[in-house]
Amino acid sequence: MRKILASEALREILLPLGRMALFVVGAGALFSAIMFALAFLAQGSGADKLLLETHKMGILEYTLGQLPQVLIDGMTLGFVYAAIALGYTMVYGVLEFINFAHSEIFAIGAFVGVEFLIFMDRLGVLAAAGPLGSYMYLVLALAVAMIASGSVAVLMERTAYRPLRNSPRLVPLISAIGVSFALQDVIRMVESLTTGQFYRVIPTFGNFDERVALFSIPTGGAPIAVNIQVKSIVVIVAAVLMLVALNYIVNATKIGKAIRSVAQDRTTAALMGIGVNGIISFTFLIGGALGGAAGVLYALKFTRIDPFVGFMPGMKAFTAAVLGGIGNLTGALLGGICLGMLESFAGAYLGTFTMGRFGSEYKDIFAFLILIIVIIFKPSGLLGEQVSQKA
Amino acid sequence: MSLLELHEVHGYYGNIHALKGVSITVDEGEVVTLIGANGAGKTTTLRLISGLLHPKKGKLRFDGKDISTMAPHMVLRQGIGMVPEGRGVFPRLTVRENLEMGGFIIKDKNDVRKGIEYAFTLFPRLKERENQKGGTLSGGEQQMLATARGLMSHPRILLMDEPSMGLAPVLVDQIFDVIRELNAQGTTILLVEQNALMALSVAHRAYVLQTGSIVLSGKAVDVANDENVRKAYLGL
Repeated sequence: MRKILASEALREILLPLGRMALFVVGAGALFSAIMFALAFLAQGSGADKLLLETHKMGILEYTLGQLPQVLIDGMTLGFVYAAIALGYTMVYGVLEFINFAHSEIFAIGAFVGVEFLIFMDRLGVLAAAGPLGSYMYLVLALAVAMIASGSVAVLMERTAYRPLRNSPRLVPLISAIGVSFALQDVIRMVESLTTGQFYRVIPTFGNFDERVALFSIPTGGAPIAVNIQVKSIVVIVAAVLMLVALNYIVNATKIGKAIRSVAQDRTTAALMGIGVNGIISFTFLIGGALGGAAGVLYALKFTRIDPFVGFMPGMKAFTAAVLGGIGNLTGALLGGICLGMLESFAGAYLGTFTMGRFGSEYKDIFAFLILIIVIIFKPSGLLGEQVSQKA
Repeated sequence: MSLLELHEVHGYYGNIHALKGVSITVDEGEVVTLIGANGAGKTTTLRLISGLLHPKKGKLRFDGKDISTMAPHMVLRQGIGMVPEGRGVFPRLTVRENLEMGGFIIKDKNDVRKGIEYAFTLFPRLKERENQKGGTLSGGEQQMLATARGLMSHPRILLMDEPSMGLAPVLVDQIFDVIRELNAQGTTILLVEQNALMALSVAHRAYVLQTGSIVLSGKAVDVANDENVRKAYLGL
């Protein structure tokens, strides 16, 4: 065991995997415990009686029965948020500014990936593809989207941020908001000119919509079947692979160490012979590629996309990055998973506990409440470093 | 021909005329020191050489090549190593990673490994701290790390900015011993110091800067014996 751990490469792969597992289990357990406590307190309430009528089970039983599905959904969403959050946090790390146009990088990835699949569908190759073939096309769509999003991110930095590098910090931020709006409308324009509509639906192909039955929970009423969509598994596996790869690049490769040097002290990094502009471009490239891939995964999971599709996931991923401690890669992972879980729990139980007065459409309140609470009480985030460390 | 040559260099920070026509030469194998009070323009001179600041007038040449308008990362590639002011240790990189970044421009991994081994023989203390984060080191250890890191790219000249700043006397002695040793092995050094006494004791030649101009230059022994220098900088 010691010998295995001694190898740096393997450690950099196992360590983030372990962390992810820990975060998923930890966040899942925490939210489950809170939910269980709430359900316990709600016994005998109106919601409890209503459930007994409609589902023939008490609120405690109902909450427990729903739990596995909620956890699976939360994990899927959490990994998508984590992949987007890393883009925010990496750029913040090297430039200390929030790239608000990252949500459009995500949207561009979603559109490029979906358009690629629609094109393949028109050619008829998607329908003809076997199970292995459909995965190959998905990987191709991911690759195309990553290249497109990464390139747009690099171009964006070059044209909209680099000329403002030495301006007051508010200036590039405003520029980023401008880029964000501009890109939204560019997507809308391109889509309406070429397809006459500005929302697109990912074509159905492969076995992604199938559900894998895991187990079923016997209850007083009908048993609750717990299953997972194939596409959820694909989303989780793809996101985990990319997050591990990113972690490896940043921690174990020479260029990754150069990224960290530039983040910590740009002047000294330049004095060590590190081309700071090149490193910043590379940071935008991999952050953008990751965001683009997240866009495709999001489209796969939620099927319909429009030019404004990036806004909400972008805001939530930003919240996730702040929650974990902006600038900290592990923090983005933790924040993303927590936020995905929170959203899944709120979406599943809000309606039940309020007897339908507040439906799952109010779930976003919780995400942004978190943002406000973190900013007020712990601005450095859960895993954030002391801000003052940077002299 | 000198290894490093500054010819009538003028440096500005915005409208502030910080360096008013400074000419300095450093020959291969020399230790040259630049002394002067706070705000005399010592650090500005080093910023100009390393490419962090570009001269408004005048020329900088290294090994005959004009480096006046080169970006910092290109200046280093010419063979100019830097031990920056305030050490510039990367706080959240380990000691080993800091050294690796010093050898960033070196492609051969074996060469980098050998460089790190050499750094550890030069400063055994760093070996003990190998996997510790740079920010957790003491001031003296950070200075050792910054010096060792500056050597990683095998520079033909090493620029050192105030290596003695904020260090205990015993550590200052140690750093200056290393400077002597490096020079004995053939490294050319341009040393900027407020601690004029120490600097003059290791240097072959010296320049005295005062409000952006060189007011005195010559052999270190002669500068050390100059009446004005003794009064102003040596407190004798």
